[in-house]
Amino acid sequence: MSEQLKVKTMQEFMAEGKQPEILFWVGSAGSFDDRAKKISRAFVKLLNKANVDFAVLGTEESSTGDVAKRAGNEFLFQMQAMMNIELLNGYEIKRIVTCDPHSFNTLKNEYPSLGGNYDVLHHTQYLKELIDNGRLTITGDGYKGKRITFHDPCYLGRANSVFDAPRELLAKTNAELVEMKRHKKAALCCGAGGAQMFKEPEKGDMDVNVLRTKGALETNPNIIATGCPYCNTMMTDGIKAYEKEDSVTVLDVAEVLANSQGL
Amino acid sequence: MEYLPNIIFAVALILGIGFFARNVKKLSRNIKLGKDVDVSDNKSKRWKNMARIALGQTKMVVRPIAGIMHVIVYVGFIIINIEVLEIILDGLFGTHRLFSPLGSIYDFLIGSFEVLALLVIVAVVVFWIRRNIIRIQRFIKPEMKGWPKTDGNMILYIEFVLMILFLTMNAADFQLQQLGAEHYHEAGAFPVSQFIVPILDGLSESSLILVERTAWWLHILGILAFLNYLYYSKHLHILLAFPNTYYGKVKPQGQFNNLESVTKEVKLMMDPDADPYAAPAEQDTGEPEKFGASDVMDLNWVQLLNAYTCTECGRCTSECPANQTGKKLSPRKIMMDTRDRLEEVGKIMDANKGEFVSDGKQLLNDYITPEELWACTTCNACVQACPVSIDPLSIIVEMRRYLVMEQSAAPTELNNMMSNIENNGAPWPYNQMDRLNWVNE
Repeated sequence: MSEQLKVKTMQEFMAEGKQPEILFWVGSAGSFDDRAKKISRAFVKLLNKANVDFAVLGTEESSTGDVAKRAGNEFLFQMQAMMNIELLNGYEIKRIVTCDPHSFNTLKNEYPSLGGNYDVLHHTQYLKELIDNGRLTITGDGYKGKRITFHDPCYLGRANSVFDAPRELLAKTNAELVEMKRHKKAALCCGAGGAQMFKEPEKGDMDVNVLRTKGALETNPNIIATGCPYCNTMMTDGIKAYEKEDSVTVLDVAEVLANSQGL
Repeated sequence: MEYLPNIIFAVALILGIGFFARNVKKLSRNIKLGKDVDVSDNKSKRWKNMARIALGQTKMVVRPIAGIMHVIVYVGFIIINIEVLEIILDGLFGTHRLFSPLGSIYDFLIGSFEVLALLVIVAVVVFWIRRNIIRIQRFIKPEMKGWPKTDGNMILYIEFVLMILFLTMNAADFQLQQLGAEHYHEAGAFPVSQFIVPILDGLSESSLILVERTAWWLHILGILAFLNYLYYSKHLHILLAFPNTYYGKVKPQGQFNNLESVTKEVKLMMDPDADPYAAPAEQDTGEPEKFGASDVMDLNWVQLLNAYTCTECGRCTSECPANQTGKKLSPRKIMMDTRDRLEEVGKIMDANKGEFVSDGKQLLNDYITPEELWACTTCNACVQACPVSIDPLSIIVEMRRYLVMEQSAAPTELNNMMSNIENNGAPWPYNQMDRLNWVNE
């Protein structure tokens, strides 16, 4: 369909007797959700462009268990975590990068006490590192004059205080960044967290994603950028609720960067 | 007879403080009903949090109007307590304005107390208007009906009256000083109460003494009564905010605890050398540990301290995405329910010689419904909003754990999601062997 992405699995690295620079933790959404798969692909395009020697677990990867934990199923979470830790430790993984703030949070904060100690980064942090080290350059004015508002994913922002990396990346495209009234620590949830993504909401007078999208639309954006596959789905649905699909697009920060470079 | 006032005062003081101490003991017993939790880590960070959040009020001023008003009342409360110390000593020793030999420092102190008292009156009036005239959203939510509303107003009335009494006392004293009455030597500066003096104009010396003494007694008895009101009120936060911010979460907000009891079992399940038929180890013969929380005793003591610290300001609820979109969940109600249930458990213990006897009720269902618990997005907005480091989310998660692991009572869609993870390692029903297909699509 599109040009070939260079993606190697850990098994292949092992067979060559090599270690990758980073492990890209794709996550269940990034692997299976049609919208999120595009984010995985955009991120890989950037990794390929920067010549990063990265690996994925491929068919060996399994759910982090995060969503089970938020739902209250500590058993299932710890089963998943220990299985994953056994695999990751077996491969002697040191550094993990993921596009999913929920995987990021649990791998970074909740895996260590179960025996999984890794340097875990959100993809926006890693992309910023690549740019800072001169390995990735973002040029061109493709987004000049476009208004982008960034929706902070709860598990990236409030939960782990990562606010600047995604904004700095967006600024590289020369787009005009506009902030919603509620942003950073005060950002409103998209409504997907805490396993809500997988169930109907309780009875109320509005859906959370619609309320959040309202806040985003108040900034009059061309693009709503985010850094989470679940936020992406929720905001996209919100845009549909306001029938704004024609004028506003929801994109991951990685997609904004990849697009800006014509990747 | 000469020492009668001193004796009455000492008795009132002992009764007031004694009764309060009795309630503090009860409070501490109730909090200790919670499970043990290790909070010995990060000592310096914890002290810093307490200094910054409780003493420094940093999270209060996030909302500037309420924040600044609150700082005024808070500073007023602390500083005017220096005056209360003098009043107590005067009461015990029969002296009048014991600290007055401080001279100009004393004048400055009394003067600033008066200005603060006036500011407190202004702030209290503004607070009352916000609650009763403007009716700010977060003060009129369903959980605020009845006692919580009365309680909120009562505190404002008491503070208002105490400040008026303090200023009246000073005004009468000032007038008596100017008349050269016996005992009323010139001391203090009265930048505010001097404006009350004209109202007292024309009163005889004995009437003025009556006014001054009445205001003095009512003021100090009022303070003792207020001290004892705390235990029955949301106002306990003025004391508990300090320990609560110390023991508050020091880890990233997104980090939930890993249940150790579960870790033990999962390790055993995954250990290929474990003998499934082995007799349980001796220390395991007790009742198996309950997963999650259905009642207050299943929570840890910091969560119970959280419940007593909550002053029902509702900032958590007003930031909650579920509440904002009309769902039943209100993080404030989670805290109020936890406290009310804990109080109920405490009363049952009082009535049964310190033993808890089941009353057939529990925190889950009788206070907090599953509908509330399942509406949470675990976004941490409530935790972020709390000006005194309360964590309602941790209680919600603990109760979800009980629903899921002890009762298998998750919503059907969540059960499907969880069996997908069990069967194919993803929350959706996709084959694990297809995990890399995205590369070539």
